[in-house]
Amino acid sequence: MSAVLILVDSQGGVVSKATAELATFAKRLGDVTAVVVGADVSAQLSALPISSIVVVGGVDAEKNGVPAIVDALAAVIAAKNPSAVLIASSARGKEVAGRLAVRTNSGLITDAIDIDAQGIATQSVFGGSTTVHSVVTHGTSIVTLRSNSVEAQSGTAGATENITATPTPSTTLASVTALEPVVKGGRPELTEASIVVSGGRGTNGDFVPVEAFADSLGAAVGASRAATDAGWYPHSHQVGQTGKTVSPSLYVACGISGAIQHRAGMQTSKMIVAINKDPEAPIFEVADYGVVGDLFAVLPQATAAVAAKK
Amino acid sequence: MKIAVCVKQVPDSWAEKKMVDGVLDRAGVDAVLNDLDEYAVEEALKLVEANSPTGESGEGSGHSITVISMGPERATEAIRKALSMGADDAIHVVDNALAGSDALATSLVLAQVIKSGGFDLVICGTESTDARMSVVPAMLAERLNWAQLTFANSLTVDPTSGSIKIDRVTEIGVEKMEAKLPAVVSVVEKINEPRYPSFKGIMAAKKKVITSQSLADIGIGADLVGAKAAWSSVKDSLPRPARGVGIKLEDSGNGGAALVDFLAEKRVI
Repeated sequence: MSAVLILVDSQGGVVSKATAELATFAKRLGDVTAVVVGADVSAQLSALPISSIVVVGGVDAEKNGVPAIVDALAAVIAAKNPSAVLIASSARGKEVAGRLAVRTNSGLITDAIDIDAQGIATQSVFGGSTTVHSVVTHGTSIVTLRSNSVEAQSGTAGATENITATPTPSTTLASVTALEPVVKGGRPELTEASIVVSGGRGTNGDFVPVEAFADSLGAAVGASRAATDAGWYPHSHQVGQTGKTVSPSLYVACGISGAIQHRAGMQTSKMIVAINKDPEAPIFEVADYGVVGDLFAVLPQATAAVAAKK
Repeated sequence: MKIAVCVKQVPDSWAEKKMVDGVLDRAGVDAVLNDLDEYAVEEALKLVEANSPTGESGEGSGHSITVISMGPERATEAIRKALSMGADDAIHVVDNALAGSDALATSLVLAQVIKSGGFDLVICGTESTDARMSVVPAMLAERLNWAQLTFANSLTVDPTSGSIKIDRVTEIGVEKMEAKLPAVVSVVEKINEPRYPSFKGIMAAKKKVITSQSLADIGIGADLVGAKAAWSSVKDSLPRPARGVGIKLEDSGNGGAALVDFLAEKRVI
């Protein structure tokens, strides 16, 4: 069986949910080796379906970011000759994948939502209007996968080994001098959440009912560009073409008209609910369940109904 | 400071996009300068304003802004827009063999043009609104072996010491990063508010020089680019099946409760 690498995704010393999803996909393709670069989080990988763990030293991923991670992965590729490398589709993950493809003369597929045993990746493009199947035809298959695309399986991790990589000369590297992590509220991270409740222009700047409904469901809060541009909600919560792409099990759009730019960021959600006063709002075209009504009446009632079911 | 700004002509983001023979059908839709590249042009103009004694680039100022684009003939329209905002000149790589190029080939071509131009700094948008991969800036840094400062929502350059600093904004938070020139920067759309081309700018852009170069001119073999050289191939592409017609209900005082009943019935909550 061929070797397949996954790049362990961690933040602040905590392995993200995306890592177990990558392992689940990778297991279809071969023998999975998890690559740890930066903080040694290998102890958190014990319940993953992976054959082995490689902890890479010799590079400073915290300080030098993307190119340091590429140095590390290139060293593991040289040692293991894998058929594929799977990486989480984050900003950093895609950049790592891009540089790694150049470095190793390999093809690249980004933002896949599925990959099968033959390495055929599924992407949802043009705001979810088109499904594309494609495959890497040269070198190592380098594929980034969106989080929430598969139900993560568990397993038992195999042995850990250490590899030392040769770093890129520091003269051509940028250095991180400070990191202000995103302040984690009590809510799940937007791109990882299984439920997202978003507010738009129809909130008139009052996100209280949106947040209350989100909290009743343990959901993340999103916002349309209209809402973030108006300063009603932080830009880091923007869903859409110029914001984040989410693919939760349930997406609730409140007071969002559903312009194509917004739909581009949420159309692959498994179920879409829309609440809008305007019965002609385009969001209803993609909604599995739509309520034509005032979000200030519908949301509090829904929040109370969820509480009553608990 | 010699600045290069990489731009791409893309289908209008409002246009309906579809795939024909495994690639995006570009012929049938309106084409515009990629929205996110306007922020890159604006940031270049602001850097010159901050560092040039006259606030302007061009001959004698020691500063220049060159627009670099790879694309078909009609991409000159997008290039003119960048020039009308205030960039000085442009290099347009146009060659029939480029059709269907992937990000790897695109970065190969752009890097080759940048290498021969003696630039100190390359500024890009974070992604094109058509392919949305956001990998080309990182690939350029890899190919050029320059510092990578991407996803910037603030940028400062000290041309004397050659130091460059950004705030990198991604899902993990804000990273303050610094490096020495030369560097590849990509900017997010919160970094500035791109100016509208003035009438004077539009008129001036008509006289600005766009140097058209073929693959042979820049010294890249036609076998390294285009659809045939792509290292990934599309097996099929299908319009997503339309979502089944959803339930739409007029709230008559019971909408919230009905919604939650529906969600509970479908076991999503």
